[in-house]
Amino acid sequence: MNQFLQSLPDTLVQGLAIGMMYALIALGYTLVYGILELINFAHGDVFMLGGLFSWAALQHFFGAQIGANYGVLGGGTLVMAIILAFLIATVSCGGVGFVIERFAYRPLRNAPKLAPLVTAIGVSFIIENAVLVWQTGTGNMELTYPSLINQQIIPVLGLHIPSKAIIVFVTAPILMVGLLYLVGNTRMGKAMRATAQDQEAARMMGIDVNRVISFTFIVGSVLAGCAGVIYALYYNSIDYSVGFLAGLKAFTAAVLGGIGNIRGAMLGGLLVGEVESIVDSIDASQGVGLQWAEPAVFLVLMCVLIFRPTGLLGAQVVDKA
Amino acid sequence: MAVARERLSTAQATVQPGALLQTIGLTKSFGGLAAVQNIDFHISPGEIVGVIGPNGAGKSTFFNLITGLYKPTRGRILVAGQDVTGKRPDILLRAGVARTFQNIRLFQNMTVLDNVLVGYHTRLKSRLVGDILKLPPTRREEREAERRAFEVLRLFDDRLVPHSYELARNLAYADRRLLEIARALASSPKLLLLDEPTVGMNPAETENAIRIIAKIRSADLAIILIEHKLNVVMGMSNRVVVLDYGEKIAEGTPREVQTNEKVIEAYLGRKAAAQAAAMLDRRDALEEAGQ
Repeated sequence: MNQFLQSLPDTLVQGLAIGMMYALIALGYTLVYGILELINFAHGDVFMLGGLFSWAALQHFFGAQIGANYGVLGGGTLVMAIILAFLIATVSCGGVGFVIERFAYRPLRNAPKLAPLVTAIGVSFIIENAVLVWQTGTGNMELTYPSLINQQIIPVLGLHIPSKAIIVFVTAPILMVGLLYLVGNTRMGKAMRATAQDQEAARMMGIDVNRVISFTFIVGSVLAGCAGVIYALYYNSIDYSVGFLAGLKAFTAAVLGGIGNIRGAMLGGLLVGEVESIVDSIDASQGVGLQWAEPAVFLVLMCVLIFRPTGLLGAQVVDKA
Repeated sequence: MAVARERLSTAQATVQPGALLQTIGLTKSFGGLAAVQNIDFHISPGEIVGVIGPNGAGKSTFFNLITGLYKPTRGRILVAGQDVTGKRPDILLRAGVARTFQNIRLFQNMTVLDNVLVGYHTRLKSRLVGDILKLPPTRREEREAERRAFEVLRLFDDRLVPHSYELARNLAYADRRLLEIARALASSPKLLLLDEPTVGMNPAETENAIRIIAKIRSADLAIILIEHKLNVVMGMSNRVVVLDYGEKIAEGTPREVQTNEKVIEAYLGRKAAAQAAAMLDRRDALEEAGQ
């Protein structure tokens, strides 16, 4: 226990880093739910694709340097590689999100709610298995993701911050603030809020609802794709299955904060990250292996939902009266 | 002399030049049940046309058809001579048709100003990139949009302007109804459809709403009014169309409609007819007094 308390500040820093990752994914769940009341189960897999596509791009353009330096780059090359990774994830995942909505969900827009839900699960399986087939086919069962920056512990104010967490602390807040700005201060954001509150009335006000929905999927998928890059850089590995658990936890985070609520998803993500990190740390100090984090996350979810069924910050309740 | 007519047969209906909106044989069936049947309708610029009829007569369905929310089973819709049958609501809004809803459907979690700005949306040209980066043309456009939104809000005396930055959900009931009208007006429509704009209002609020509607009506703005309060609809309309069981059973000036046998039987009942006539006399008296 003593060991746990001693390392608590560092544990919290680590939780913050993981939590920001979950928050980025949770935002996509919450954006889509807010507008379509659809739980996009394929979202976690879009997150995984972000890591995968950026891995492929890094291998293609920087493969030689990465191989020569054990995954570490420096100077201008490092900056180029990081920009490339995020750019590829943004473009490809944005495209994937658009295509999923256009061809899997839109035809079912007026069908009973269960139909798109089941379709979402189907899309998730398709993506996962397509990647699995590719991984087995090419003999890439374990993809090592380059860490790009030198792995070291940076002491700041008595804390020990791993250098890989710096990437999270720099990129995730930028993306989150960007999203808040987009939704709160732009005309497109206004159209998104209007569509979320009353689709029919929005249509009557001249809003092209289909365009808004497409845009929402693209934005959510871009955030997930970037989270995928961050995840892969953080854990130095990526494979077809990581989207499932990360997606599930991020979805939990969205529900925890109040699904449909953007700030709720951010808060929920951070909370899930902290719980996971703290429980892992307790596990480590007791020497029982890292297995209680997931049950703890879901236990917290259950407790919150018993007392606040709409989540911490309240689900976005559409007032149709 | 337009005597309140028996139901027009669609064969006679032709495209009317100069009509702002016209429907020809407009029909909507839900699973074999005709909610709206063979409606020939037209409205000219600057006109106010009342649409009345008992509950379930098809009034709201008629609105949903001419705003593009429903696709007609049969018939045509023309806006300024252009065929817009089956077009999407956002396209129809761009063509100049805006509406309010019978049950208030504001964006409750947005401010009063933002609600009106959403209505103004269609008039803005800037693209997504300019929107995000707030390029100078976008800023200029947004300032102009805001100025215009306040212009619209000011039409409602001091009912909305002081609440511009409050959430729509926090407005008093009657003011929320007015805000719906403001939001619709922001798109600079040529035709405004008001679906029971005074429902649930007390007499004083109703008076106020009528005054405001009379104020916003202009040579450039025609209004179709669905209303249950007969004194309101008879007092405001140039022409009244009566629907019953989805069909148009009468059309004419308020006075003609009230003396129409079919209307009296189908809808008003003799007692109500007498009351409405009294209201009309009162309006005439008021008008004379006004002049």
